[in-house]
Amino acid sequence: MKRLLLFLPLLVAVVVGVVLFAGIGKDPTKLDSALIGKQIPAFSLKDLKQPETTLDEGLFQGEITLLNVWGTWCPACRDEHDDLMKVAREKKVAIIGLNYKDNRDDALVWLDRLGDPYRTVIYDPKGTLGFDLGVYGAPETFVIDASGVVRYRHVGVVNDQVWEQILLPVINEARENG
Amino acid sequence: MLRMVCFLLAITASGYSVADVSAVYGFESRGEEQRYQNLIAELRCPKCQNQNIADSNSPISKDMRNVVYQMMLDGASNEEIVESLVSRFGEFVKYKPDLDSRTFVLWATPAIAVLVGLLVVAGVVVRSRRAGTAAPALSSEEQARIDKMLAERNEGGSA
Repeated sequence: MKRLLLFLPLLVAVVVGVVLFAGIGKDPTKLDSALIGKQIPAFSLKDLKQPETTLDEGLFQGEITLLNVWGTWCPACRDEHDDLMKVAREKKVAIIGLNYKDNRDDALVWLDRLGDPYRTVIYDPKGTLGFDLGVYGAPETFVIDASGVVRYRHVGVVNDQVWEQILLPVINEARENG
Repeated sequence: MLRMVCFLLAITASGYSVADVSAVYGFESRGEEQRYQNLIAELRCPKCQNQNIADSNSPISKDMRNVVYQMMLDGASNEEIVESLVSRFGEFVKYKPDLDSRTFVLWATPAIAVLVGLLVVAGVVVRSRRAGTAAPALSSEEQARIDKMLAERNEGGSA
């Protein structure tokens, strides 16, 4: 019995080690979206580029889209802009923008100067749709399938690696499942 | 002097922030205000993670406080308010997660820890008892010697 007790520190070290090891490489600031598997929330907001047009959740019906939440106040959005331009050029998927807590003039100047990767941009100055989507920090990028169901949410910058390893596989899977 | 100035600044600044909050949100009664304070104290900010939305200054916390307030005005219950935020931001925003199969270990850990502690204490007690009965501390010979010594000492003391 005494001998067995000598192994207690080793046992504790192994248990603590396994628990800590499981946490390595996980980013606690990236949360899974609560909306995965659910329909995109209903909304009624103006089009950024055509202020007279009102958009609603029907926008996401019919084909797989990437919904990118951005604002001109967000430095990381500037960082990912060129990568979004690249995705748009390669025409792998349609990108819809959600201009989040921004103002129209600044946003239009930004698109004019840096290029416009978005098929449509939803103008959400008060962040109401952003709130319903559980957006807690731009940039965020959602994969939405052809029936308007949220498949994935990426928090942070979209770069080559994120696109190749995370978003593209999700998009392809959504395509295969119809 | 510098300390005094800092102190005064701190006092005025804190007073200002309190005034600011009550200026934005008016409540019909003390009870309602307390309900609001309790709600925002147990909701967690998704952006800043280790703060509740009462303490956090981030824009998302401000939005969440707004929604809590608006829903209270619309007559929603605490459960409805928390549920509506969980449906958007996930279980993460609750500081007190529901008891289900996923969180069972989390909730049971304190009880398990106490149980293990009790088992250890019981083990120690049983062992020491067993040790006490199995091997008496003194043989009868030793006991007789001690009795004799004590008796001698008492006699010496009284004399």
